[in-house]
Amino acid sequence: MATEAHGEEGGLVFHPMDQFIVKPLFGDGGVGMFTITNVTLWMALAVLAIVGLMVLATSRRGVIPSRGQSIAELAYGFVYKMVEDVAGKDGVKFFPYIMTLFMFIVTANFLGLLPLAFTTTSHFAVTGVLALLVFFTVTIVGFVKHGTKFLGLFWVSSAPLALRPILAIIEVISYFVRPVSHSIRLGGNLMAGHAVVKVFAGFAAIAVVSPLSVVAITAMYGLELLVAFIQAYVFTILTCVYLKDALHPSH
Amino acid sequence: MATETHEAVGEGLADATGVAAHGADAAPGMPQLDFSTFSNQIFWLLVTLVVIYFVLSRIALPRIAAVLAERQGAITNDLTAAEDLKRQAVEAEEAYNKALADARAEAQKIVAEAKGEIQAELDVQIAKADAEIAAKAAESEKAIAEIRATAMQNVEIVAKDTAAEIVRALGGKADTATVEAAVNSRIKG
Repeated sequence: MATEAHGEEGGLVFHPMDQFIVKPLFGDGGVGMFTITNVTLWMALAVLAIVGLMVLATSRRGVIPSRGQSIAELAYGFVYKMVEDVAGKDGVKFFPYIMTLFMFIVTANFLGLLPLAFTTTSHFAVTGVLALLVFFTVTIVGFVKHGTKFLGLFWVSSAPLALRPILAIIEVISYFVRPVSHSIRLGGNLMAGHAVVKVFAGFAAIAVVSPLSVVAITAMYGLELLVAFIQAYVFTILTCVYLKDALHPSH
Repeated sequence: MATETHEAVGEGLADATGVAAHGADAAPGMPQLDFSTFSNQIFWLLVTLVVIYFVLSRIALPRIAAVLAERQGAITNDLTAAEDLKRQAVEAEEAYNKALADARAEAQKIVAEAKGEIQAELDVQIAKADAEIAAKAAESEKAIAEIRATAMQNVEIVAKDTAAEIVRALGGKADTATVEAAVNSRIKG
């Protein structure tokens, strides 16, 4: 209440980034490696949500599925088809890995939309690790499966010979930029959306603007619901595309 | 609360002035760039991913795959069964149609036979009746002829008697032979 009163008196106060602060759940100490923080809490909730959807909801193993089981099957079919279509038949053995990424991202994104929630996937530490895991997996799989032929990915044999070295440099750069774009796309989208909602919420302190602010927050929230799913989808499908490059490196 | 607000204002200003001025502090402009929390986040992320991976790959995904396969199997079986039943239905219909046609042919045969029998019997009876009728007609004709002959005879006798009586009544003397000759010539004439 004091904040609102203060805001009306002394101008607007925005704390759009406060929601992203990592802090310990118990006590006031610093954040060490193994400290139980709000990150731990919301990741644990994501795990619980995934277990609830994928394990508990499917426990009846009904030939005629319940509502929860339908959603679990839908998620399974969605990712499975994506892996099969994009990465090919031999990409299917990476399906549990890709399913893990998709389920974690989509669950964390949606949990982050709950009021007062902490969005784990809005942190570059998290999305960066996810992207690097994909990057290293793809690189290692590429070299293990194809050896040095994997480097053919950078040698565009369909281009004129004179252009090939230049293209190779561009390809190499783009290859190493992948984890950066991969992680910043996800983290940046979520961070920006959540911050914008917070900014609109800050405007609600002015009585005249507050109805408009509420409408804007509602609209942004709808958009964020869309973004939460789309970013998980984009991350997953890009993983499949990168995996396809590793499995079938020829252009 | 009020003091917190004041502090927050300070931070907000720091946000506005930029991350660089504030970067190393406990609460920098962008918490995403606060590297002191990275190890914590990465640690818990890896724990989370490992847990999710094992839950999915050991329990959830095989289970869902089994359920989907089972459903696919059930659907395939049902479709096969439906195909089978449909075929049986078609067969049954064919058999029914055939039985119907057979029965119809049989019925027609029976009708034709019955008709033939009846016709034959009828012919026989009609012939018999005709013969009887002809016999009776002949008999009747004979009887009529007899009656006619008797009647002619009677007429002759009556005429002769009558003529004789008339002659006698007129005072003549009736000669039997003359009267008979006269009557005979008259009847013939």
